[in-house]
Amino acid sequence: MVKMKVIFEQKVYKNFRRKPEEFSEIAKELRRDVIKSLYLAKSGHSGGSLGTADIFAVLFFGGIMRYNPEAPRWNGRDRFVLSAGHICPILYATLARAGFFPVEELATLRKLGSRLQGHPALDTELPGIETAAGSLGQGISIAVGMALNDKYLDKNDRRVFALTGDGELQEGSTWEAAMCAGNYKLDNLCWIVDNNDCQIDGRVRNVMSIYPLDKKFEAFNFETISIDGHNYSQIISAFDKFIENHNKKIGKPTVIIAQTKMGYPISFMTDNYEWHGIPPNEEQAKLALLELQ
Amino acid sequence: MKNFKLLGKKATRFGFAEALVELGEKNPNIVVLGADVTGSVLTSFFKERFPERFFSIGIAEQNATTIAVGLALSGKIPFFATYSAFSAFRNADQLRISVCYNNANVKIGGGHSGITVGPDGATHQSLEELSFLRTLPNMTVVVPCDYIETKKATIAVTEFTGPAFVRFGRAPTPHFTTEETPFKIGRAEIFRDGRDIAIIACGLMVWEALVAADELYKRKGISAMVINNHTLKPIDVKTIVDAAKSCGAIVTAEEHQVHGGLGGAVAEVLAKNYPVPIEFVGMPDTFGISGEPDELLAKFGMTWKEIYSSALKAIHRKDKNINTNHVYRSVKEIEPIAKELL
Repeated sequence: MVKMKVIFEQKVYKNFRRKPEEFSEIAKELRRDVIKSLYLAKSGHSGGSLGTADIFAVLFFGGIMRYNPEAPRWNGRDRFVLSAGHICPILYATLARAGFFPVEELATLRKLGSRLQGHPALDTELPGIETAAGSLGQGISIAVGMALNDKYLDKNDRRVFALTGDGELQEGSTWEAAMCAGNYKLDNLCWIVDNNDCQIDGRVRNVMSIYPLDKKFEAFNFETISIDGHNYSQIISAFDKFIENHNKKIGKPTVIIAQTKMGYPISFMTDNYEWHGIPPNEEQAKLALLELQ
Repeated sequence: MKNFKLLGKKATRFGFAEALVELGEKNPNIVVLGADVTGSVLTSFFKERFPERFFSIGIAEQNATTIAVGLALSGKIPFFATYSAFSAFRNADQLRISVCYNNANVKIGGGHSGITVGPDGATHQSLEELSFLRTLPNMTVVVPCDYIETKKATIAVTEFTGPAFVRFGRAPTPHFTTEETPFKIGRAEIFRDGRDIAIIACGLMVWEALVAADELYKRKGISAMVINNHTLKPIDVKTIVDAAKSCGAIVTAEEHQVHGGLGGAVAEVLAKNYPVPIEFVGMPDTFGISGEPDELLAKFGMTWKEIYSSALKAIHRKDKNINTNHVYRSVKEIEPIAKELL
């Protein structure tokens, strides 16, 4: 077998309002980046990184998030907090494709001296990263702190987006964050739950059920939106609804419960929790890239 | 007392609370988070003065710590204070990952610390947190000796960017430093000169060390140096090594477990740079019980008396071969008096 040559396409995407069908090509590119970087890294989390690519594509390239790759610390930017830090390969791919740093750098994931740490880090000063994350449940509380700041101290119109896993919701402190977001009426907070029902040990419902999710969030004073996390029209309208909620100052945080499939759409990975924390080997990477053409 | 006299008794928590209000007046970025016990750790002062910059998070210390990080990453200087058992242990992972790994500008107030929280008993007597905090990269750890110094320390930790912990207590304790007493984060202060033994202390044990030094001189003619080592991290290596060189033996004294706190920090410095005998005064690897602060300090051996006897022990352990490089008095010169007590 010939050793696979890995090339990252020199392509950057702009962030503007797009038609639903325009996202599939972007999401494919992000997924190819995820496969390539994880293959080169020889370790890391494939499942969630692939399963959330459609959400990342809409959020960063559909005119939802406000950011400026030329000025990553721009004061008016919306902030994105990846609470599920282990799926950072998709965040890194997204930031690179948005122009925050060179796409070639995706080849350094998890390697000694890389800015692309195994879980996001602030001290490597990778542009676009807002906080370290990795110990589950903490990023969402940081996002709540940011939203508190923006709503009550700086009184600006910035928004905070945060993505948690579903297994992550077994961490008790995530519900402390939910209680606080509801209590403080953080309508500038958009919490996305990557609800693939998979975690390392199996189905979330079998390891420790977190359901029903919508009723739990409603009880904490959230505006709850349930969507198919692979359907671009539904993703777009969910984010539109959040932005409307924020503009109208409804006095409630928004949660988007996105039903996704771990590893989607790679045939041998889809909805298979065994792909939570492993990278593809050469053969699997080749097959996956073939499916993503 | 040579350089210091007792000015009265006042709980160090007042120093913390008054400093927060002072800081709030000067700096609009100062924000305070509460976890229900604001009337106990006196963040209520700040809350009353600046209600718009105070956030009640409820009894949810993990969340409060990480919310503080979100505020710090938005340019604020958040203080999160509750009992030390909850602001510096319950939230350990949040301190490690979100605060320290991010090098976030979060300031932690550790109130009701040590055995002197008294009748509440072992669950609330935080005697271990310094060992944990000291191992966290980026963290600054300050244990001020009295009310005025707590005020100075609380203000001083806002003068740099990065995580910091300030420890204070509930019970009134000796108040003896003044506005003029020098204080700088990371610099241990020599509160009394001496050449036979150096007592390195933090928190309320600094006063006990001064008393012990007086007694050592009065009763035995022993000249004891007293160092107020308020900053456990970053530790003042030079002052500690110089003290070991000039005195040849050390006693550490702290209101904390004998393992991992100030004693551990001093031992690390000396083992590496200039090993001399060290005796440790502190909580003897056990949990506390209910009681009044003074009763508990006496029961578990955290008074000037234990410092006094530990000083004699340490002197007795000094190198018996006269080393001409040492400037301190050899054991032969002071052995007779030391032996008398052992």
